[in-house]
Amino acid sequence: MKRRQFIHEAGAAATLLGLGGLSLGSCSSAMKKHITILHTNDVHSHIDTFPASHSRYANLGGVARRASLVASIRKENPNTLLLDAGDIFQGTPYFNFYGGELEFKLMSMLKYDAATIGNHDFDNGIDGLLAQMPHANFQLLSANYDFKNTIMDGHVQAYKIFEVDDIKIGVYGLGIELEGLVTKKLYMETEYLDPFEVAQDTETNLKEYHNCDLIICLSHLGYDYQNKKKPSDLNLAQHTRHTDLIIGGHTHTFLDKPTVVPNKDGRNILVNQVGCFGINLGRIDFYFDGAKNQLSKGVSITV
Amino acid sequence: MILKIKHFVAFITIIGACSCRDSTIGLSKIEGRQLSIDADIADSKEIDSFVAPYRDRVDEVLDSTLAYAPNPISKTDGTYNTTAGNLMADIVLSEANPIYKARTGHEIDFVLLNHGGIRSGISKGSITSRTAYEVMPFENSIVVAELGGKSVLKLVDYLRDSGRAHPISGLQIVLDRDHQVKTVKIQGQDFDEDKTYRVATSNYLLSGGDSMFFFKDATEVVDTDYLIRNAMIDYFKKVDTVAPTVDDRFIKLTEQ
Repeated sequence: MKRRQFIHEAGAAATLLGLGGLSLGSCSSAMKKHITILHTNDVHSHIDTFPASHSRYANLGGVARRASLVASIRKENPNTLLLDAGDIFQGTPYFNFYGGELEFKLMSMLKYDAATIGNHDFDNGIDGLLAQMPHANFQLLSANYDFKNTIMDGHVQAYKIFEVDDIKIGVYGLGIELEGLVTKKLYMETEYLDPFEVAQDTETNLKEYHNCDLIICLSHLGYDYQNKKKPSDLNLAQHTRHTDLIIGGHTHTFLDKPTVVPNKDGRNILVNQVGCFGINLGRIDFYFDGAKNQLSKGVSITV
Repeated sequence: MILKIKHFVAFITIIGACSCRDSTIGLSKIEGRQLSIDADIADSKEIDSFVAPYRDRVDEVLDSTLAYAPNPISKTDGTYNTTAGNLMADIVLSEANPIYKARTGHEIDFVLLNHGGIRSGISKGSITSRTAYEVMPFENSIVVAELGGKSVLKLVDYLRDSGRAHPISGLQIVLDRDHQVKTVKIQGQDFDEDKTYRVATSNYLLSGGDSMFFFKDATEVVDTDYLIRNAMIDYFKKVDTVAPTVDDRFIKLTEQ
């Protein structure tokens, strides 16, 4: 009551006195922020544009084009992160010849910020993945693959926090169950942990301990399955409360637009996946405003 | 009075400045969309010139001629066996058998692959490594499973009922006019239900791919770690001419 009175009187005073008005005005404009998240998934070593004769993806994709597009978006909004949801490797002779070296070098040139690990990223074994790590200037993230008993120990983080224009963005990774999907001798002693439990622990840590403003999951679980017990991105959304965006992969799902789904608390969040082979780039723009604004209006989602 | 208002403004400005820094900034709007990577976007010259030497090397290796096909090789030029299928199965037998024998002391008795696993035919003319990638893009390796006679009978029944020309080598099946199995021969010998046979296949089929569930009966499995595609490339390097034919390894009699 008293506070409201203060604000009311201050408003009147501000119009009266230039100094006060200026100060308040500059404050509210400083609180508008714009973060752009760009993402790919399941690029599968597709470096060149598909040939014009291709039956399904004629003249689509190509890293050189993606580089131009990403650069133009970064120019428009420097507060941009570029992320990948796994299965970087396997699919063209580039992988068979160079073992993923070219894929990692190109992702570094495009200034990818982080990627999670897909099942095919184990295709040359865990030592094959380690061998390419010197070429990766981006962070590999997986919260539910425990590499401590493998040679990859220390090369993968559960999450990474990016501070972009004073916005704290927590990004964590989730991988699919490897048993039955990948030959054991490729993933060796990599331990798969329950993705939902790990997601809840990680997002809580990012939200409550690190005070992240935005939390993103890079998932290679797959978009959705007939068997609803199998962990998927749509399932994951129902199990989390702080994650704002799930960027998926594995199922090569082409969506018309990002899916809006309620999370565990009934709050709408986004699940997105952009097919495969570098044919599309996902773009999610987050706009931040004063806290008052958020409380009164909630978040508007346009897809 | 004026003094009092000034005081208020100063006070509020400090609160304002504090709340700017301390209050959690709230998410107000999210916009999501998908951007197509199409011909409207120009190539990055930097990326293109970086990739060029890698691309040139891949093309040089993949496109150098290894062998010659005097006729087109197809997976649809026969009902129960085809030129492409026979070529694939024969390659698996001839290239994997020495490896398997060196490791186990045993010979492969026969080969079974799947018709759907042949992803492309081979055109008349030069055969290159790229041909092998087109026919066999998957990273499937050759595995050898030991199957008892009863399981081999399930395998034969599967082939009889499948209606597809799944590639085989070392195995001969003759169906009678009524589509019943008339004779089965393995390595030219009559099939013996009490014998154990060593069957080479792909790791994909071993794990139940194409509903080949009889491989679950395998008593022993050896993974050769040899990719089917690499076996093809090795074979193409050894021979000059590749001219498989449709033969009598799997046939149906039209008369009793």
